[in-house]
Amino acid sequence: MTGDYIDTNTWSAILPEIILVVLALSLLLIDMFGGEKGKDLVGKVAVVGQLVLLGLGLTVLSDNLGILNQETFSGMLYHSEFGQVMRLFFLTSSILTSFLGSIFLRKHGLPGTEFYAILLLVTSAIMLLAQSNHFVMLFVALETVTIGFYVLVSYNRDRSNSLEAGLKYLIMGGFSTAILLMGIVLIYGIASTPGLAGMSGEALKFSDLQLFLGLNSDNLIVKTGVLMVFAGIAFKIGSVPFQIWIPDVYQGAPTPVTAALAVTSKAGGFAILIVLVTGPFKPMAQLLVPVLSVMAIATILFGNIAALTQRNVKRLIGLSGVSHAGYLLMGIVAMFTIPAAQNAVVFYLITYLLASYAVFGVMAHLSSKGKDDIQQLSDYQDLLEERPFLSGVLVLGLGSLAGIPPLAGFIGKLLLFYAAFQAGLYSLLGVAIVGVVISIYYYFGWIKEATFRFWKLPVLDGEEAEALRDWPEVSNLAKLTLGGLALLTLLLGFYQGPLSSLIGG
Amino acid sequence: MNNYSILLLSTILVPLVIAIILLGFGKLPKSVTQFLATLGFCFPALGALILWVNFVPTDASGYDYLMTLPTGLEALGITLKLGLNGISVPLFFLAGIVGLAAGIYAMQSGAERLQQYLMLILFMQAGLMGVFASVDIFFFYFFHELALIPTFICIGVWGGRDRHSAAMEMTIYLTLGAMLSLLGLLAIYFQSGAESFDIISLKAAVLASPIDGGAQTIIFGLLLFGFGILVSLFPFHSWAPRGYASAPTSVAMLHAGVLKKFGLYGFIQVALPLVPLGANHWSMVLAWLALGSVLIIGLITIAQRDLKEMVGFSSVMHMGYCFLGIACMSVLGSAGVIITMVAHGLTVALLFLLGHVVYKRTETYDMHDMGGLVKHAPALAALFSAAVFASIGLPGPGLLNFFGEFTVFTALWEFSRPITAIAVLGVIISAVYGLRAIGRIFFGSPSEVFEKHLKENSIKDISTAEKIPTLLLLITLVVIGLFPRMMTDNMNTSLEDNFLSINSELKQLAIEEPAKSALELAQSIEPSAK
Repeated sequence: MTGDYIDTNTWSAILPEIILVVLALSLLLIDMFGGEKGKDLVGKVAVVGQLVLLGLGLTVLSDNLGILNQETFSGMLYHSEFGQVMRLFFLTSSILTSFLGSIFLRKHGLPGTEFYAILLLVTSAIMLLAQSNHFVMLFVALETVTIGFYVLVSYNRDRSNSLEAGLKYLIMGGFSTAILLMGIVLIYGIASTPGLAGMSGEALKFSDLQLFLGLNSDNLIVKTGVLMVFAGIAFKIGSVPFQIWIPDVYQGAPTPVTAALAVTSKAGGFAILIVLVTGPFKPMAQLLVPVLSVMAIATILFGNIAALTQRNVKRLIGLSGVSHAGYLLMGIVAMFTIPAAQNAVVFYLITYLLASYAVFGVMAHLSSKGKDDIQQLSDYQDLLEERPFLSGVLVLGLGSLAGIPPLAGFIGKLLLFYAAFQAGLYSLLGVAIVGVVISIYYYFGWIKEATFRFWKLPVLDGEEAEALRDWPEVSNLAKLTLGGLALLTLLLGFYQGPLSSLIGG
Repeated sequence: MNNYSILLLSTILVPLVIAIILLGFGKLPKSVTQFLATLGFCFPALGALILWVNFVPTDASGYDYLMTLPTGLEALGITLKLGLNGISVPLFFLAGIVGLAAGIYAMQSGAERLQQYLMLILFMQAGLMGVFASVDIFFFYFFHELALIPTFICIGVWGGRDRHSAAMEMTIYLTLGAMLSLLGLLAIYFQSGAESFDIISLKAAVLASPIDGGAQTIIFGLLLFGFGILVSLFPFHSWAPRGYASAPTSVAMLHAGVLKKFGLYGFIQVALPLVPLGANHWSMVLAWLALGSVLIIGLITIAQRDLKEMVGFSSVMHMGYCFLGIACMSVLGSAGVIITMVAHGLTVALLFLLGHVVYKRTETYDMHDMGGLVKHAPALAALFSAAVFASIGLPGPGLLNFFGEFTVFTALWEFSRPITAIAVLGVIISAVYGLRAIGRIFFGSPSEVFEKHLKENSIKDISTAEKIPTLLLLITLVVIGLFPRMMTDNMNTSLEDNFLSINSELKQLAIEEPAKSALELAQSIEPSAK
């Protein structure tokens, strides 16, 4: 038995994750021994380190390291092509979060070291999550991510909203973890019952479970367990009925953390959903398709309708993110009939990442010191006059989130609709269309605040009006990054060539 | 692919690239902006002219200048396939000319932040050229939507009264229409079983095995309401007059003149040939709604005091004729629609332009606050009257409008005589509001408000700079009106080709239901026809 473990421990397979952890620890060391200079250095080291890793990751991916489509660590991990794509996705997302952090933390006078260190640990855990092949691995990785976020959400300790958000996230997160764990235990228990056919191998390993679940998909305990696992994941992706924490937590968390919650955490949930739906839960279609369809419909409608009345941008983007989870769930439902729908989901996540970070980048620039959590739509007025660059980025980002051609978000939605059409999910499609139309109101409402001219009462005391806005000049690096995101969003709408392997198949 | 195909691609790319330069390169000097914008507006117009003159369809598809570029969506059957056929050539040219006129007018508008304004209009222009040059129906849709965000921002930033809510209403309405049509277009692709999204292979697939009748009914229903909203079919029209009234002139010209033709073009080029049974099923509904557009909106137009809103409503009304032509489902009806589209596109752009020229002199759009302007601006009065005569369809300036409406009515007579009889009343209605507008603005004695305004300001006649775009549109209208065959001959070939498959499917239906002809069947399904 022990020999078995040693044989499959291919450490090189998880080299990127190991490097991230080492990087995180070295950040702490730099902070400890580097003095004031070290504190300034930390952010740069974090970003550069991750960029180097991303560069390495791309070259390593092309060689595949000889581990592709293999299990390592006694079946704890399974290295699929999808897993490799998601690794890059999470790494990119982490780099962009660090970049937002570098703008935001300096502006708000918050310490950086812990932020970057925790972020890197979260990233390495979520990268493992996308490759997990075992419920124990899934649980440990998911919990590492969640615990990291507990700290990050309440990072802005001077603001009561941030602390409140941290507490809410902790309670709701703990609750969902308990449900997830209970589901895993139920599956484990029932799979180990000698009276039921189909179980050979390990009761928690995805590849071994598939056969068992296929033969016992009518078993009540199996059904309950599967549904509870989904409930736990639904919390991560923010799907109805587990979305209730989203507005408060998104509002209270510091903007870079909100971005990470919106993109990394959500994508992590979808990565594990894809792993489960293509693997062990594939035979459960009869149970899951109706349940997920209803969840998707409710999520799309709830997210869009609830976002309509929001004036706080962070609550708005949180609720709009709920609706995006709904569209993506539609893709997951389609995957049961059309496996290629997986590509649509991944492509959608990529466009969502580009557009979200563009928008969050603008938000990070505009958040006033000490008022990060009360950023209102009306704070964006005159953005076109004052910061035309930022308003351009904002328009492209929001347009892409709304799914308006020629931006990448439209192609993402098109691919999802395409998959839904092929899978015959007509009612879901109808709801998605309604959702898109509703979303125009708040996305374009935001664009309206940022670009349109508003008549205002003239302010007599000019200085006071100046003091309300501490919009910084946009640095060249920020211009490069945000401009790059916006440009990619635009170009990916016209030409999808580089990602065509993701679209095809 | 030959040099002309590359020219076709460039008519889209040149404005697009210039727009991206204006967007991305920070603040450019005014002269550079002007130069780039002039290039961006002139190139498509000239290109469209050259492509029309040289248009000779060679292969069986009826298309010329075909070219295909991969974009990465091949796995979905989508490629950027460009080309022109007899139906799209005149509309492609319309897009070029109206774009040029709107562009010239935008450059002299003196708008604040001119660079951004021109950038957004160039984005729209690229989309407009793309709509009519696309053979692939995905890109046909895609290019149409390219204009959505620019329109929204243009109205909100450079627009007039009520611009915030009008921009929002318009955008939500247009997105709803676009989404419904997207569903319809995707459904056509999946139901036809074609390998690719381009209209040529879709037609071939449908000719080989028509789409199931029930599915056709649903698909055409989606397209009817989707395209219907985009073309402001009664009762989904409310966005149009409000939106145009608050839009800056150039945007209103482009949108009402060209962009709105997207839906009608979609009916003729896509919906009728691919889902004829569905069209047959819905034709009576369409005809009655169109009649509502002509009569009800016509009467509303008469009641307008605001010049710009009147033009907006009149454009909704004229779209009613086009829908009537489509409901006929005949070569003649479709031909009438295309002629009307070109004529109306030029006319409505002209009216919006001249309406703003009038506004610059009166500083109001309210026609009750004008009067007697002819003494101060005789040339303007002549040009405005010519535009209104064209809109009414009086031979002379409106020869082309007359041909279009006449053809539609002739086709309509075959389709349903009572509807024709009612629809003809529309001509009288447009004469009423058109002539009343001329009377109120230019003749009679000035109103009290205007009298005061006249005392305080000296009013000049239309300037040379304003004349350039005006004459560009007017001369085009008259020249095509005098020689309509350069448009209709090619159109006829393409339409007859389309109707081969339409008629064969309808005949099939008639054989299956020997007791009833296809038309009677449609009437029995739709009781309101009685």
